[in-house]
Amino acid sequence: MIIDHPLLGPRDAAEFVYLGDASLIDRPDWQDENAAEKFYEYGYLRDNPAGEHQELWYHEQGDRSWLVVTRNTLTHSITKVEMARDVARARGRSK
Amino acid sequence: MSQVNRVEGGQVDRSKEIKFTFNGKYMRGYAGDTLASALLANGQTLVGRSFKYHRPRGILTAGSEEPNALVQLRSGAHQEPNTRATVTELFDGLAATSQNHRGSLDYDLMAVTDFLSPFLSAGFYYKTFMWPKAFWEKLYEPVIRSSAGLGRLSMKEDPDTYDKGFLHCDLLVIGAGPAGLSAALAAGRSGARVILADEDFTPGGRLNSETLNVDDMPGADWAVQAVAELSAMDNVRVMTRTTIYGAYDHGVYGALERHTDHLANSNGKPRQVLWRIYSKRAVLAAGSTERPIAFGNNDRPGIMLAGAVRCYVNRFGVTPGQQVAVFTNNDDGWRTAADLVAKGVDVSTVIDSRDAPAVLDVPGARHIRNAAVMDTVGRKGLKSITLTNDQVIPVDCLAVSGGWNPNVHLTCHQRGRPTWRDDISAFVPGADLPVGMTVAGAANGSLTLAAALTEGRAVANELVKELGFTASRKAAPKAEDEPRACSPMWHVKDSTKRAWVDQQNDVTVKDIKQSHLEGFRSVEHLKRYTTLGMATDQGKTANIPALAIMSEITGKSIPETGTTIFRPPYTPIPIGALGGRARGKDFRPYRRTPSHAWAEKNGASFVEVGNWLRAEWYTRPGEKGWRDSVDREAFMTRKSVGICDVTTLGKIDIQGKDAAAFLNVVYANAFGKLPVGKVRYGLMLREDGICYDDGTTARMSENHFVMTTTTANAVLVFRRLEFVRQCLCPDMDVHLISTTDGWAQFAVAGPNARNLLRKVIDDAHDISNEAFPFMACGEVSVCGGTPARLFRISFSGELAYEIAVPARYGNSMIEALMLAGAEYDVVPYGTEALSVMRIEKGHAAGNELNGQTTALNLGLGGMVSSKKDCIGKVLSERPELNREDAIRLVGLKPVDRSLKLIAGSHFINKGDEALMANDQGWMSSVAYSPSLGHSIGLGFIKSGHERYGEIVRAVSPIHETEMEVEIVSPHFIDPEGDRLRA
Repeated sequence: MIIDHPLLGPRDAAEFVYLGDASLIDRPDWQDENAAEKFYEYGYLRDNPAGEHQELWYHEQGDRSWLVVTRNTLTHSITKVEMARDVARARGRSK
Repeated sequence: MSQVNRVEGGQVDRSKEIKFTFNGKYMRGYAGDTLASALLANGQTLVGRSFKYHRPRGILTAGSEEPNALVQLRSGAHQEPNTRATVTELFDGLAATSQNHRGSLDYDLMAVTDFLSPFLSAGFYYKTFMWPKAFWEKLYEPVIRSSAGLGRLSMKEDPDTYDKGFLHCDLLVIGAGPAGLSAALAAGRSGARVILADEDFTPGGRLNSETLNVDDMPGADWAVQAVAELSAMDNVRVMTRTTIYGAYDHGVYGALERHTDHLANSNGKPRQVLWRIYSKRAVLAAGSTERPIAFGNNDRPGIMLAGAVRCYVNRFGVTPGQQVAVFTNNDDGWRTAADLVAKGVDVSTVIDSRDAPAVLDVPGARHIRNAAVMDTVGRKGLKSITLTNDQVIPVDCLAVSGGWNPNVHLTCHQRGRPTWRDDISAFVPGADLPVGMTVAGAANGSLTLAAALTEGRAVANELVKELGFTASRKAAPKAEDEPRACSPMWHVKDSTKRAWVDQQNDVTVKDIKQSHLEGFRSVEHLKRYTTLGMATDQGKTANIPALAIMSEITGKSIPETGTTIFRPPYTPIPIGALGGRARGKDFRPYRRTPSHAWAEKNGASFVEVGNWLRAEWYTRPGEKGWRDSVDREAFMTRKSVGICDVTTLGKIDIQGKDAAAFLNVVYANAFGKLPVGKVRYGLMLREDGICYDDGTTARMSENHFVMTTTTANAVLVFRRLEFVRQCLCPDMDVHLISTTDGWAQFAVAGPNARNLLRKVIDDAHDISNEAFPFMACGEVSVCGGTPARLFRISFSGELAYEIAVPARYGNSMIEALMLAGAEYDVVPYGTEALSVMRIEKGHAAGNELNGQTTALNLGLGGMVSSKKDCIGKVLSERPELNREDAIRLVGLKPVDRSLKLIAGSHFINKGDEALMANDQGWMSSVAYSPSLGHSIGLGFIKSGHERYGEIVRAVSPIHETEMEVEIVSPHFIDPEGDRLRA
């Protein structure tokens, strides 16, 4: 597969390390009243969609960017590649 | 043997004679021959025995689809089984042997299986060898294994080398036949970067096998001219002997280039190169494959595909027989008859299954219409054929044409499905092609020459325009469209004899019928039950006829019946090529520490730790075994001073205004208040609350920390830190660099550590206990100005430091340290002594941080700060992980001090039976302690911290041992820590 890195352009997937569902960005608040339940879901429960999937890839053999790649798990077509940091900010992880 | 079957013409170089042997018999051929064409030239039509029935077999095809003519090539360690003679380029001294027979090829003792065939039909193994069950391993399997199979491996290490490479292009053209050459020319002329790959050693595809003209010259000559033009273009790379074997995601293709297979000796060059080709667009111009017609005894040597017969005559100047008949259901078969006659070969008969007039004028041949071949005679070579009208015709070669199938394989590698075209009675590529791929020529169902040439150019022009190039206006090469009408006939229904569909796996029409009767009605089931299409040829000549026969039986149409899925590789790829250079010691690169050369000179023995090679111990003269060395190193370190290279520990430089806050997230314990110039032990958890890694982190300045990780987890911890930095805390001002390779680091441990270091550290730096106490750190200089970092940390439990210098000074540093330590009898120590001392001190390492243990288990429960969040904090609080009787890290001593503890033993209370239900915990690490003079261990046991002094049994069912052990504190040496603070 080829991942079109937002900063570096198209790179072979072999340069990356796959982590999984981009919901890992949404780490719960430790002081939340249901923290235990939320961390359980965060740690163990994943959707496994046949189709579009947002997932985390790390450019380990490259610039060390974490990316959020939107990939169709049926066709492997990649429709969007974003810097994970931008996604994290957009999802409200700024301080 | 002389070349009895040579006829005039062809593209072989008759000035270059080549000698080779087949089954030890000397034969001659010419440069440009394949092994198959040379065998045929020498009259050798019998070339092997079949897989299951040991039937005599000859050559069916002239290409990579060959099911029968598999031979063993070369000898000794270079021996290669199952090589297709039809694609093996002849070279001087080539030695080939036939396969799958006991005794000689002519008199195979295993041929008896052919007479047992009524008992050996589809599913035979499943039905027969089921019982008695015990017979399988002892009797059935050994017998089957020795009688089945094709070639034999040499059982020696492969002496050849293989390489891997990467190529990039705008347009990849797969196949250098008429469509491919036309496409490559058009694209090349536009200036696009083009790769043209073909599996053959001579580009041109079918042009080399036909007598058709292109641009008013023979097709083969035009191909030479086209390749010359392409080769002269800087933007075009022509790759012959290169098979594109797989279409992968996003325009990536796998290619195997047979680099020196055609040479007698590779002369040190790689035998094959596995290429990964990155293309923006691809044109699949893979051509088409002729399909046979199944009739009684259609597998005899001498029965060949009509297009192959034509290829041997036209390209190689070889006739496969002296008395030939053609059996066809289409116009194309007629050209074989015409071309043979033009070369002076006697073609007695053209049998056309259709009730139609002659397609071409074939002087001297009778045309029998509306007929078919029903049976044949001739055990080791064809002697005669019997037609459906009972006519018997003496022949030594029968050319069969059942029509042509577009080579759609690569279009299906992304799960695309081909679609059926009634007008050509064949599957063509479906709409769902791999991204960037377009199909042209015969592979696309455009089976005639002019159509292929036109389509190749048109497709390439479209694609280069998409990529922003200006298409060349040069017209497509000129040619005629030859007659290709086909009226399908898959098998001769009147035939009662066994009719082969898959010759390589010996699957007959009857097997397909039987499989249907037994309920295997999906093509995928048919395939697996009969093994049809599962041999090394992957059913290239067998699959479509089998589907058609299946559809006849079920009454469904062929498209309704569907195809099995084509998967890579298109043709077999040697494992060696997939491995490339990554084998043996080169499987992965080694990392060597800066003191490696020094250690080698000083008797070190090395152990792999991750990718690193670390000294495990240093053998001194007179030492009889590793224990002598390890005991001495540990003992001398505790007595005076020892030095250990700890460069391999991961080092991460952490800087930024939020560096301390960042460490608070990744470490379970707090780092915010760590003073500048101090080091702290840090423990990392996984998000599920289990311990992940540990190490020390030093605060070099307010916003600058230096972290160490375990050797094994260095990469993973860095990856995780980047995850936290970018994904969880995107606005923290913190930056990370891995500096593992940047610093050479040495532990200097023992009562004389400070005395030794005082001699190398420049005088300006005060390292007295008062100025530089336990857990201090700082920048220093050594040996008159070389920058260094000093950390007063101790894994051994002794007064100890770690000193780091830029990696390039590593070798000098160990020499300087050893020199300075000579007066204290300094010893270098390896990972084994390191381990002995950390066990004596009760420090956890990989055996304890094994992915099952929590901070509580390790006796570090207090480290998980309650005042802040950290990775793993919330889930570490789960009740099950915090049970009253949770396992705790303890020390163990054998009650009988002379006994050796065994790591992996499980603890059972005295009086309990040794069952899992009574399991109390396990022994994680053991060592012989030279300081204590007996074996010691670390382990986990339920409520261990409350059980010091208790005796339990350490049971190892694997070693069949058990012994009594005493639970003690894990700190065997200096539990108060006086030494390390000295």
